[in-house]
Amino acid sequence: MIAMQGFQMDLVSEHRLSQMSPVEKVRFIIDEVKSGKILVLEKGLSPEEEASLIEMTMTLIEPDGFSGIEMESYPSEMDTSFLGKILKKNTLKTRLTVIGPADQLKTLKKDRNMISALISTNK
Amino acid sequence: MGVITSFKRNFSDLFKKLFNKQNARIGIYGPPNAGKTTLANRILRDWTGDAMGSVSNVAHETRRARRREGVTINTNGSSITLDIIDTPGLATKIDFHEFMEQGMDEAESKRRAKEATEGVIEAVKWLENLDGVILVMDATEDPFTQVNVTVIGNMEARDLPLLIVANKVDLPEASPSTIRDAFPQHPMVSISALEGKNIETFYEELAKRFG
Repeated sequence: MIAMQGFQMDLVSEHRLSQMSPVEKVRFIIDEVKSGKILVLEKGLSPEEEASLIEMTMTLIEPDGFSGIEMESYPSEMDTSFLGKILKKNTLKTRLTVIGPADQLKTLKKDRNMISALISTNK
Repeated sequence: MGVITSFKRNFSDLFKKLFNKQNARIGIYGPPNAGKTTLANRILRDWTGDAMGSVSNVAHETRRARRREGVTINTNGSSITLDIIDTPGLATKIDFHEFMEQGMDEAESKRRAKEATEGVIEAVKWLENLDGVILVMDATEDPFTQVNVTVIGNMEARDLPLLIVANKVDLPEASPSTIRDAFPQHPMVSISALEGKNIETFYEELAKRFG
């Protein structure tokens, strides 16, 4: 039997992430990405969480080791629903986000509604 | 200068002194090599006769945030005084090998990479202490970078003013319209910070957005 080789890609539902605090989300993502996984987050992260993720990533970069993450999310959209307008709070709608190790995931092209990425099996 | 303008300015200064009003803190953000420090230098040279920092073609030349307080900009008869913060280029990855490709030795590359990571952390922390952002994009590059998306998202989430600068329009391959199409919900001005092209329009927009 030939062993299958490749990378692991986890598709993380909105529900799964919504059960975590912002700190837990960032820790979860960093741990998974450092172990070599590619994550696809159904609803992405809030802009503040993205900034926290960048910050924590920087603290973990090591020469000849972890060089950071590749993260690509669609630009967030304003919530124009009736409820969103009434609440007037947190009216940003986050969208799908792909995150992986910088040495394995490379964005080829991205626009408002399309992300094209290359995943390398060679580190 | 007109009597009324002079009176307004003196009254504004007096008001600030009496109530200790802080100047608006405006951060200059963007990916590495977008021209942030070149723009900061342009602003300071035009209005203070000074400069903010050194520039180079090697990414992460600016690795510490620099603040200049009380920069007064006069445009179209109005005047604004800002604290300008030039931040290190934001990135999600930093590999010291990229500095070695620019001709640095290994030790120097590793040191620069370490300083660059600290600079990114500093830039992220500053995001929470600003009143507005000038987001500098290289008009010859794809505008949909994660750095741009994250900075814009943070400003929108905080409901803070943002001015997008499509820089490097002196280069033939520049396409500021691509940036405008990418983020149509925010004001944008096309400039060459290096050559000063369209810089008056930039100052007018600056006063409009942050005044």
